[in-house]
Amino acid sequence: MSSDKLEKSDVRRAWFYVAPALLWTMAFFIVPFAFMAAMSFASLVRRKIVYTWDLANYLEFFDKPYLLKGLFVSLEITLAVTLISVVLAYPLAWIIAERVPKRLQRAVLILAILPFWTSYVVRSYSWLLLLSSNGVINNALMGAGIISEPLQLASTTSATIIGFVHFFVMLLTLTIYSNLVQLSPNYKRAATDLGANTFQTFWHVILPLTLPGIMVGAFLTFVLCIGDYITPQILGGNNELVLPQIIMLQLGRRADLPAAASMSIILMLVVTAVYLLCLRWLKMERT
Amino acid sequence: MSAKAVRNINGRLITTTLSISCLVAMTGTSPVLAQEEINALVWCDHTDSALLEPFESANNVKVNLKEYEGTGAALSIIDQSRPGDWDVLVIDGIDVPRAVEEGILGEIPAEALATADFFPEIVMEENNTVDGKTYAITEKYGYNTISFDKSKVDPEDMKDMASIWSDKYAGRIAIYDYYLPVIGLTALAAGIDTANINEENMDEIRERLLSMKSASKLVGDVVSSQTALATGEVDILVGGGEWVTAVLSAEKPDLDWVIPEQGGLRWSQSIGVMADSDKKDLALAFVQYITSPEAQAKLATSSCYWGMPANKLAGEHLSDEQKTALRWDDQTQYLSNSQLYPAPDADLDDLMQDVWTEMLQN
Repeated sequence: MSSDKLEKSDVRRAWFYVAPALLWTMAFFIVPFAFMAAMSFASLVRRKIVYTWDLANYLEFFDKPYLLKGLFVSLEITLAVTLISVVLAYPLAWIIAERVPKRLQRAVLILAILPFWTSYVVRSYSWLLLLSSNGVINNALMGAGIISEPLQLASTTSATIIGFVHFFVMLLTLTIYSNLVQLSPNYKRAATDLGANTFQTFWHVILPLTLPGIMVGAFLTFVLCIGDYITPQILGGNNELVLPQIIMLQLGRRADLPAAASMSIILMLVVTAVYLLCLRWLKMERT
Repeated sequence: MSAKAVRNINGRLITTTLSISCLVAMTGTSPVLAQEEINALVWCDHTDSALLEPFESANNVKVNLKEYEGTGAALSIIDQSRPGDWDVLVIDGIDVPRAVEEGILGEIPAEALATADFFPEIVMEENNTVDGKTYAITEKYGYNTISFDKSKVDPEDMKDMASIWSDKYAGRIAIYDYYLPVIGLTALAAGIDTANINEENMDEIRERLLSMKSASKLVGDVVSSQTALATGEVDILVGGGEWVTAVLSAEKPDLDWVIPEQGGLRWSQSIGVMADSDKKDLALAFVQYITSPEAQAKLATSSCYWGMPANKLAGEHLSDEQKTALRWDDQTQYLSNSQLYPAPDADLDDLMQDVWTEMLQN
């Protein structure tokens, strides 16, 4: 009897503790999301929002190639950024965790996250200065006689990818590093005792064990990258629009909330699908 | 009641009074001098504090601003607001009749406006009045045309808009990211007057836009396109004008602009009082302030973009350098060779924006 009472009071206390977070999530995520979902089934008729409860916005999105292309451009850029960032971040995280003396690791990590200390917008504009026709890179190449005419580096999809990678390599380095330092050295010792060389130890032991860290970082990169509007706007030169830019066009130019809502839902469904695909790796604890 | 109880009550009263006094002193609030507020839907050139501060101080009012781009967006914002939410509207001059027709702008007394001091061509009664009633007043104007770096581009080439579509300048062009003026300019290049743009000739305009995009390096907003021209990233800006180059005239004297032989687009912005405003007197006072010579000079040289003031008395508050950058003395010639922005209805506006998005995506 007393244990029952104890359990009930525990349940009440648990509800009390989680209530603020639940209320917060309800007020600022669930309710706005419900409004957005409802809005996606409305239409803008002569500049007024009319709840038609149909799929017109979704059909229009898939019907107009230049809108659909926005989704493909977003996916293409996001996948490239995620892949490049993982390839660059893993060795960096491994060097920091394995080769840098423990007492210096904190300082090196601070250096690694220095780019986070500047504004995201400023960082993107800085890349514009580096990549522009009169920028540092073109001037250096022309000064060295390697090229005679400036290369078009800025205002391209490549520029957008470079800007993103610069940011997300740091994010991934942190998540992979935190995974690497949690690994017990006994794994490596056991592999060595069993006759594995350095590469075999890495490939068969370290890499699988750090896969959750990679996947968490990669998923965060995917989510943040596919929803980003600023970097493509500054570095992409409006030459190939990503989906968030098209959503912003609907909001800023047309005030077409229903179209913007439907595209946001599509973007969210893509992220959800990727989350479900990655679900089996998105666990930090080792079994 | 005992003496002790009375002392306690007095003590609490004194403490409460002191606390309230301290709070009032700390927050500086005074119920007697409550500040009024007006809400204005504006373009970005109205957001300089130096422009607003004299009006706010003189009238003890706070002017809340919301920036927007494109009349379609403004009309939708208003549609989705409650009556009375907005007091003042800045709008493309060409769209004033549309706003009047939709019951958005209210009548303002013509005699309260300083149009006698305006450039006559810019009073634009045909836009600002409907059935003899005044609904808005022009506050600023300028041109969307071709801006270029004359140290890198032959200025003679820029007098013919066909140069934009020639291979000579491919990859050296930026396009201003605002569909109305650039579609208007493209129409002029195709020999179509801006007033005659319709769903049939939009096909031809679309082809030309796509062709221009393929020869361009980037499509940028005010800041991006201006930066691209100023840093040498591009040599030509389609849709530029004094609003791009004037603000840079001291640092970048090679930046120039021209109205080509096919003509340029004249933009003008009007300001009016919302029909549903609960603070019409204060809103009108703001309109009067914005069209006063002092405010006009500040508006003409705003940090967002420059443009000619509608009130010619503003010249007394502008320096010679500022007037040169604005081409103050060339206005007669420029006014004669420019057309107004396209004024699409809702369906044509939708089509134009579709074409524009397609152009961006190709």
